[in-house]
Amino acid sequence: MMTIEELQDIGRLEKEKQEGFRHRIHVCVAAGCLSCQSGLVKDALEKEVSRRGLESWCQVKGVGCLGLCSAGPLVSIEPDGVLYKGVEVSDASDILESLGGSPISRLECSLEQPFFRKREKIVLENCGKIDPESVEDYISENGYEALYTALRLMTPNEVVDQVVRSGLRGRGGAGFPTGLKWTTVAKAGGSIKFVVCNADEGDPGAFMDRSVLESDPHRVLEGMAIAAVAVGASYGFIYLRAEYPLAVKRIRTAIARAERLGVIGHNIFNTTFSFDVKVRLGAGAFVCGEETALLASIEGRRGSPRPRPPYPAEHGLWGYPTLINNVETFANIAPIIRKGGDWFASIGVGKSKGTKVFALAGHVKNTGLIEVPMGTSLRVIIYEIGGGIQGDRRFKAVQSGGPSGGCLPERFLDMSMDYESLAQAGSIMGSGGLIIMDESSCMVDVARFFVEFCMTESCGKCAPCRIGTAQIYNTLKKITEGEGKPSDLELLDELCDLVKNTSLCGLGQTAPNPVLSTMKYFLNEYKAHTDDHTCPSCACRMNNHAEEQK
Amino acid sequence: MANPSPVKSEKSEDRRWRLVNRTMRMHGGRPDALIETLHVIQESFGYLDLDALKYVAQSLRLPLSRVYGVATFYHFFSLKPPGEHTCVVCTGTACYIAGSSAILKQVREDLGISENQTTPDNKVSLLTARCMGSCGLAPAVVFDGEVKGKMTPASVMAQLGRWRHDDD
Repeated sequence: MMTIEELQDIGRLEKEKQEGFRHRIHVCVAAGCLSCQSGLVKDALEKEVSRRGLESWCQVKGVGCLGLCSAGPLVSIEPDGVLYKGVEVSDASDILESLGGSPISRLECSLEQPFFRKREKIVLENCGKIDPESVEDYISENGYEALYTALRLMTPNEVVDQVVRSGLRGRGGAGFPTGLKWTTVAKAGGSIKFVVCNADEGDPGAFMDRSVLESDPHRVLEGMAIAAVAVGASYGFIYLRAEYPLAVKRIRTAIARAERLGVIGHNIFNTTFSFDVKVRLGAGAFVCGEETALLASIEGRRGSPRPRPPYPAEHGLWGYPTLINNVETFANIAPIIRKGGDWFASIGVGKSKGTKVFALAGHVKNTGLIEVPMGTSLRVIIYEIGGGIQGDRRFKAVQSGGPSGGCLPERFLDMSMDYESLAQAGSIMGSGGLIIMDESSCMVDVARFFVEFCMTESCGKCAPCRIGTAQIYNTLKKITEGEGKPSDLELLDELCDLVKNTSLCGLGQTAPNPVLSTMKYFLNEYKAHTDDHTCPSCACRMNNHAEEQK
Repeated sequence: MANPSPVKSEKSEDRRWRLVNRTMRMHGGRPDALIETLHVIQESFGYLDLDALKYVAQSLRLPLSRVYGVATFYHFFSLKPPGEHTCVVCTGTACYIAGSSAILKQVREDLGISENQTTPDNKVSLLTARCMGSCGLAPAVVFDGEVKGKMTPASVMAQLGRWRHDDD
């Protein structure tokens, strides 16, 4: 049982406790930094603090993602506002020595660089700030207040209305208006409804959802609970990839702690409202990101999609109305309820409201996680935030949207990153993975890579996807091995058209996108492969067909 | 379950099987417990053998074909026992363009096995994964569950060398 006063007390006590420390050392313990031994760095810092007897003066806390994964392990010192990169176990003593004095210059990572300055954080506002395993810490940042407001001070219709007004669109890929989805599920009849969080982040090159779940799991839970209030659901599932063991652990811990406090579970905030959340593990099937396949998997079956309609909003889990949203979508809900839909709608551009979290990877200097307002240009993202191309080589293409997206060339650098502009250019927003490629990447080879992915991930239910992706792959493989003919390009066109228009689900319908977009913007590279049997980027191992023929 | 199967009583001796049984009970023995149960079995035993699949089918009252279908549909499940150590090379986009294929090629040549195989001395299993979300540290390789970033063919071979000379 929990009242708003008790909630605020918990938050206030936690704040006071933290402010009682003269220095707070935050060590990033999200998966990126953990894989460069940040766990050991944290242990070393803790040991050093107790060796010096500074426990009451200095706190060492594990926090979520600080963003700049390529410079890990990252350590930030609060409230001094200092960030250290590449910290090693042996640096612990120096760090404690420098507290209160001037920062250690060999480790310092400037917070003034565009990577940090250009960000606008809504989804990631708590990442790198709070301890993901502490519900009290989350509450001290206004956590669960929005749930209280939605449950006690608003009607379900008003909650849905705020989400509609915010203009929030699904962050999982397709960009379907979230408010519309909520309205449909809210209107659906019946007393049993489900809220499902799609955390099956299968796009290679995307790690936004993983970071959010590892850094701020309560934010996602709160978003789901608010959704449950709005649509009248009492059961929730988080469908999470088994490949993210840390995220699984953190979300399970979060559910247990929230249940103990009474903000999730039975009779939330002393009302009759109950919301029961369970984690379901995926098992490595990309197709399960498709909503009907995801539902089949939760039900314990093979992840085969089914035709829609009926949509899950009316006929979902076990035939009951089911609301499915992505992790990042749910993470946007609590701020929308706290600050209002109009506030959210004032950020962004056109029909794309709010911010978007992107995972920057590939041949860019600063790899990591960023959050920028919708409409930010690719040039700002790549050259300012990303710091430009590694080795100052030449930019060639940016791939967005994973295997369903496309590759865009240099001339789109000034394009605004929003759902409509990306679709017009032949790519998609997707879940937010951005892979930057320099001149050493061969576009035909990249297309082959993505088609191979879709071919192996096709569930095999419908023929166009099962057979078509294999045919496209074989043709591309032939081309990259120097065995291609000029007529292969027409064949590719035809195959792509067929797979795109006749496949059952999103996987097949979008699988040709990487091929179509590279053929559109990098046709000369294809022609060099098929006509001259050479790879301009020298990435493909050609069979020297050209010489033999001469 | 009304009629406890003979296998069950035999299996309730082992702590690992008790964990499996507990998972099925927690889901009320319903068919939707299937994937969760298979996860627990794989975690406890390292892989799914036919005996285990038969047992789950019987306990959840599902046709064996359905259990087998699910176990083979999802890449995460393995029907073969793993070697002493596992090396998972990430072949996601970021790792691919950062050179994971060169790593994979080197490992294949050096160990003389291809993906999803184990060395004849049962020391190392080679696997691939489609993105572990460590794209900021590409290329990434997972050694016995521990993710290592910014790998090169040489650094991967060094780790594999340490494993293989454990006993020497």
